[in-house]
Amino acid sequence: MRDVVVIGAGMTKFGELWGKSIKDLFVEAATKAIENAGVDHIDSMYAGAMSSGLFIGQEHLGAVMADYLGVNPIPATHVESACASGGVAFRQAFLEVASGVSDIVLAGGVEKMTDGADVTDVLATAADQEYEVFHGITFPGLYAMIAQAHMHQYGTTREQLAAVAVKNHRNGAKNPNAQFRNEVTAEQVMNSTMVSDPLRLLDCSPVSDGAAAVIVATMDVAKKLNKNLIRVLASSQASDTIALHGRKSLTTLNSVVKAAEKAYKMADKKPTDMNVVEVHDCFTIAEIVATEDLGLFEKGKGGEAAANGWTSIECKMIPVNTSGGLKSKGHPVGATGIAQVIELYEQLNGACGARQVPNAHVGMAQNMGGSGASCVVHILEAI
Amino acid sequence: MIGIVGFGAYLPRYRIKSEAIARQWGADPEAIQRGLMLAEKTVPGQDEDTITISVAAAKNALRRAQINPQEIGAVYIGSESHPYAVKPSGTILIDALGIGPHVHVASYEFACKAGSEAMYVAYSHVKSGEMKYAMGIGADTSQGAPGDALEYSASAGGAAFIMGNERVVAEILFTHSYTSDTPDFWRREGEMYPRHGGRFTGDPAYFKHIIGAGAALLEKSKLTPKDFKHVVFHMPNGKFPLEVGKRLGFTKQQLEVGWLVPLMGNTYSGSSPTGLAAILDVAKPGDLIFMVSFGSGAGSDGFIFLVTDEITRVQERAPKTRDYLDHGKIYLDYGEYAKFRHKIRLND
Repeated sequence: MRDVVVIGAGMTKFGELWGKSIKDLFVEAATKAIENAGVDHIDSMYAGAMSSGLFIGQEHLGAVMADYLGVNPIPATHVESACASGGVAFRQAFLEVASGVSDIVLAGGVEKMTDGADVTDVLATAADQEYEVFHGITFPGLYAMIAQAHMHQYGTTREQLAAVAVKNHRNGAKNPNAQFRNEVTAEQVMNSTMVSDPLRLLDCSPVSDGAAAVIVATMDVAKKLNKNLIRVLASSQASDTIALHGRKSLTTLNSVVKAAEKAYKMADKKPTDMNVVEVHDCFTIAEIVATEDLGLFEKGKGGEAAANGWTSIECKMIPVNTSGGLKSKGHPVGATGIAQVIELYEQLNGACGARQVPNAHVGMAQNMGGSGASCVVHILEAI
Repeated sequence: MIGIVGFGAYLPRYRIKSEAIARQWGADPEAIQRGLMLAEKTVPGQDEDTITISVAAAKNALRRAQINPQEIGAVYIGSESHPYAVKPSGTILIDALGIGPHVHVASYEFACKAGSEAMYVAYSHVKSGEMKYAMGIGADTSQGAPGDALEYSASAGGAAFIMGNERVVAEILFTHSYTSDTPDFWRREGEMYPRHGGRFTGDPAYFKHIIGAGAALLEKSKLTPKDFKHVVFHMPNGKFPLEVGKRLGFTKQQLEVGWLVPLMGNTYSGSSPTGLAAILDVAKPGDLIFMVSFGSGAGSDGFIFLVTDEITRVQERAPKTRDYLDHGKIYLDYGEYAKFRHKIRLND
C-alpha cells in the first residue's frame, strides 16, 4: 500500500443553518478543502451522509455533489454507514489512494437535519427496525440502557456523565465552528430536561446541519505542494450486532474494541502513544465507553477518567474531543467522521489556537454508527 | 390626529392548567412551565367561537368609543379560526351590534397577525379620509393538536379597536410592516390542526420578522427603546416576547403590562391586540406604546401609539382585560377540555 497524506481540510460552521441547503453545505466545505490543499483537480470523491433521502428527500448524493462542485465526470460515490458515514467515506478515500487507483481524492461528509423531518425517527433507522424500533426504542433509549448497565456494572455515576458534557462544552467554546460555544456546569447538565433515564438533554448531542471535507493524496503530491506531512498511519473498520440485545455485554462496544486493535497494529502504536483523540460522544456515556474500548483507560474507569479531568486539554494526559466533540461542536451525522479527522489534522498542524494540545504528533479518531454496530478508527501522525 | 377611539377585549372564563395537559401526555409539568413560561390558558366555552369573542370585544370597544355604530364604515376580523371556511365572520357581528348595512366587511387570515392587519387596514381607511370610523378585530379559538407543544399555548380571546379621528385615545404615530415567504407554521385546507417547523419557528421566523419590523419602526420614528412606557409583542409563549424585547433593547418592566401569556396562553390573532388592550386599560396620557405582531408565513406589523388625555375618559366604561383574565375562572380537567375543544369523536 502507498503512504497516504491528508493535505487539506475545510468545513462549514455546524448548527441550525436554516439558510443553507445540503448542496450549499457540501460545496462550501469541499471548496474550502480544495483551496486549503492547493490542488487544481481531484481524481475522485466520496460523500458520506447517513440519510439524506429521509431527511430531505435527496439521494444519489455522489452525483449531486460532484455536479454542484463542478467536478464532473470524476467518480463520485455516496457512502452510508449511519453516523459513521463520514469516517467510512474517509476510509474509502484512503483505500483508493493507498491502492494506487487515484492520487488525489476528496472525502466529504454532510447532513442537513433541520429541514422538517422527524429526526428521532430518521436516526432510529440505524437501529434494528424489527427488533428494536418497532418496540418503540430510540437512540437516547439505547444509550440510556448502556448507561444504566455501565452504572450497575462499574459504579459509573451521574456526576461522571456530566463531567463529559462539561469538558466538551469547555473545548467547544474555543472552536469557532462549534454549534454551542457556551460552557455548562455539572449542575446544569444534571438538572436539564430528562430524555431517557439517566440521560438528560445536556447528555445528548444536538441536531445539526453541516459539512466537512478533506483531501487525501500520495506522499509525492504532498511533497510537491510543500505540505506539512500528516500521514494516515491506520484505517480500520469493524462491525457488531445491529441490535443491542444480541451482544454478550451491554457495556462493551465490540466494534470499537476490534477496530482499535486493528488500527494500533497497523499503525504500530499503542494507546499511550496518542496525543489527542476524537471519539464519538453522541451521548456522554458513549465517550466513557469509547475511551475504555479504545484502550485509553481500563474497562470501567472511563467515568472516573472524565471526572478526574484526565481527558481534558489542561491535564495533558490524553485530551479527548478537543473540538468539543459531537456534544458541543454539533453532530450533522454524515459530516461528523470527517470533522473528527479535521480536528486531528489541525491539532497535528498546530493550528487549533486556544484548544491546541501542545506538541501533538499522533492522533486518533473513532467514529461510530448506530449503537456501535459499525465503527471506524483512524490514526494520523505528523511526520 | 388619527388613532384608536375605542378598544375592548374579551377572554372566555374557562381555563386549563399546563400541568393538567402535561400530566395527560406524561410530560414534565415543571419543564413546560420553565421552558415555555405558561401556567394556564383560556379555553372557549361550548357556545363560543371567533365570532362571539369578536362581538363581545367589539361591544366593549363601542362602549368606550360611545359613537353611533352606523358611522362605522368598515369591519375587519382577523382570525385563523373563522367558524366558516366560506361565509364571513363579520356579517354576524355587524347585525349583532347594529353596524351597517352600509359597511365594508372582510375576514382576514395571516396566522397570528391577522388581527394587527385588520387594525392596520382600518387605520388606513380613516387616514385616507374614506370613512369616519373603521373597526379592526383580532380574535381566535386557536387549535393545537393533542400532544403537540402547541396544546400548552393555543387559547381563545380577542380584542377590537375602533379607529377614528375625533376623541382619539391613542394616536398612531408610525407603522411599519415586514414580510417574507417563511413557511414556519401552516394548516392546509381540511386539516384540523396546524403543523409547524419546530425550532424553525424561532430565529428565522418570529425573531427575524419582529426584529425586522421593530428595528425599522425605531429607525423611522427616531425614538429609542427607553422612550416607551409599554411594549407588546406577539406572545406564542412566555419566553419569546421577553427574548425579542431584550434583543430590541427593551426591559422586562416595559413588557410587563401587556405580557398576558403566562395566564392567557396564545390567543393567536388576538395575542398582541389583547396585550395592547390591557395596556390601554391602565395607560396614562403621554405614554408611548410600542407594538409588533407576528404571523407565521411570515410577517410582522408594527405600531407606535401615543396615549392622549382622552384615555382616562374611556377606561372605566367597559370591563378591562385583566377583569376577564383574573376573575371568574372555571378550571377544566383534560377530559372536559377535550370535550370543549371537540377532540372527542361522538357518534352523531
